[in-house]
Amino acid sequence: MSPRDAQTIEVAPEWAAATRITLRLNGAARELAVEPWTTLLDALREHLDLTGTKKGCDHGQCGACTVLVDGVRIVSCLTLAVMKDGAEVTTVEGLARDGALHPLQAAFVEHDAFQCGYCTPGQICSAVGLMREGRARTADEIRELMSGNLCRCGAYPNILAAIQAAMRATPEAARR
Amino acid sequence: MNRFTYARVEDVATAVRAIAADGHARFIAGGTNLLDLMKENVERPERLIDITHLPLAGIEPTDHGGLRLGALATNTSVAYHPEVERRYPLLSQAILAGASAQLRNMASVGGNLMQRTRCAYFYDTATPCNKRTPGAGCSAIGGFTRYHAILGASEHCIAVHPSDMCVALAALAAVVRVTGPRGDRTIAFGDFHRLPGDTPHLDTTKQPDEIITAVDLPAEGFARHFTYLKVRDRTSYAFALVAVAAALRMEGGTIAEARVTLGGVAHTPWRDPSVEATLRGQPATRASFQRAADALVRDARASGQNAFKIELARRAVVRALERAAAGGRDEAGPAAAAPAGGRP
Repeated sequence: MSPRDAQTIEVAPEWAAATRITLRLNGAARELAVEPWTTLLDALREHLDLTGTKKGCDHGQCGACTVLVDGVRIVSCLTLAVMKDGAEVTTVEGLARDGALHPLQAAFVEHDAFQCGYCTPGQICSAVGLMREGRARTADEIRELMSGNLCRCGAYPNILAAIQAAMRATPEAARR
Repeated sequence: MNRFTYARVEDVATAVRAIAADGHARFIAGGTNLLDLMKENVERPERLIDITHLPLAGIEPTDHGGLRLGALATNTSVAYHPEVERRYPLLSQAILAGASAQLRNMASVGGNLMQRTRCAYFYDTATPCNKRTPGAGCSAIGGFTRYHAILGASEHCIAVHPSDMCVALAALAAVVRVTGPRGDRTIAFGDFHRLPGDTPHLDTTKQPDEIITAVDLPAEGFARHFTYLKVRDRTSYAFALVAVAAALRMEGGTIAEARVTLGGVAHTPWRDPSVEATLRGQPATRASFQRAADALVRDARASGQNAFKIELARRAVVRALERAAAGGRDEAGPAAAAPAGGRP
C-alpha cells in the first residue's frame, strides 16, 4: 500500500457518497451532488459557478453570503446544501428581469452604495428580503434590520439611501 | 469542518430513536450555532440528524390560556407572531434585540435554548477549556473577561449564556417540553439551564437523548408593563454585556407582581423569585427598584475586567424596572416598545 492509499482510506465509504439534490435556483431546476458538509455557499460558488454570492467571514457574522431561500433572507455559509433539497434559492444573479436590473440593484448604482463591492451582493439580497418582510419604514428601522450586513468600506449612508429610494419606488404590494 | 453522515427524520419518535442510538450524533435545525462551532472544530459530530421536517413549527394556544411555541418555530416567526406581539411583547423585544435578521430567519426556538456560550476561549481550540474538555482548565479565568460571568460562576468556568430570547422566557416563567426514550416531560425554564459548578460541559438539564418539542408561555404575559434593556458594545448585532428583562403587573401605583431576569451575567438567565417577591406591594419608585437591584446582584463577584458589570447590572435593573413601570417607555426617549427601531 502506498502512502497515498493510506491517506485516502481514512474516508469511510458512506461519507464519500455525495447526495443528489435539486435546487430551484434563480428560476430553473438545478440538480447537483453535494457532500453532507457542503454549505449552500460552497455549493453555489464551487459546484454551480455562481460566484456573485461572496464568502466573507464564513461564520454568519458579515452577511456577504446572504441569499434568499424560499423568499427569506438567510446566510448561506451556515446552511447545509443537503438540507435545502427542493428549495427555491435566489442569488444576486437571479434578481434582474429580462435584462433590467432589480430596482434595488439600480438604486445601488444610482446612489453609489458601495466602494469595493464585495459586500454588495449580500447587501442587495438582504435588502430584497427586508422589503418583503415589510418591517422597516424609518431610516433607523432599516439600519437596525440591515445590521447583519457589514460594509468595511463604510458605504452605509449610501446603502441606506439606496434602500430608501427602492422602497419609495416600489409599492408595498409589489415587494413580495 | 469534520466529515459526518447525514440523516433526515420525519417524526419525533424516529428522531429520538436516532439520537439515542448514537452518542456522537447531533440534531440540526437552523444550524446557526452548530455549524459555526463545527467550522471551529469545537463540535465534531459524526452524524447530523436533520429535524427541520418534524411538525414542530406551529405557534398555538395552550389549554391553560397560554401560548405554545413549537421548537422549530423560527426566532422571526415568534417575534412577529401577532399573539406574541400582543400578549408577550417582552419576548418579541428580546428576540429582536439578538442576532441579525438573517440569523433570526434561520434560528429555531429549541436551538436558541441549546446554543453554546460565545466565550472566546471555548471557541479557541488552542486554549484549555473545561466546557470543551472536562478537566482541562479554564483559560478565561485570568484572561480577557469583559464578557464573562459575575453571578453563579465557579472556579471551573466563568462563561455566560448568550441568549436574549431565553432571558425573556425565564422572566415569563416559560415551560420547556421535551420528549425522550423515557417519554415526555416538562422542565421549568428556571431549571433548564444549569450553573457550571464542576461540570461546565453540561449546559442544560435536558438529557442528550431528549428532544425539545415546544416552549409553553403561561397566560400572564405582562403586556402592559415590560422592557427588555440590552447594554452592549454596539447598538445592534452584538451580544449583551448586561441585559434585563423586566415585567410588572401594576395595581394603580402599586406593584402586584414583578419579574426581573438578567442576561449576559451568568451561565443561565439570572432570575431570583425571592427578590421579585420583595417588590410585591411596593410603590413603583426608584427606591423600591434600587433595593431590588441591590438584592439581585448581592452575590456578584468580578473576575478581572468584568468588575464594571456589577454596577452596570444594578443600574440596568433600575432603568428597566422604571421603563416597565412607565409602560415600556423611557421617560426621556421614544417608545422602547418599538423593537425594530429601538435604539437603547
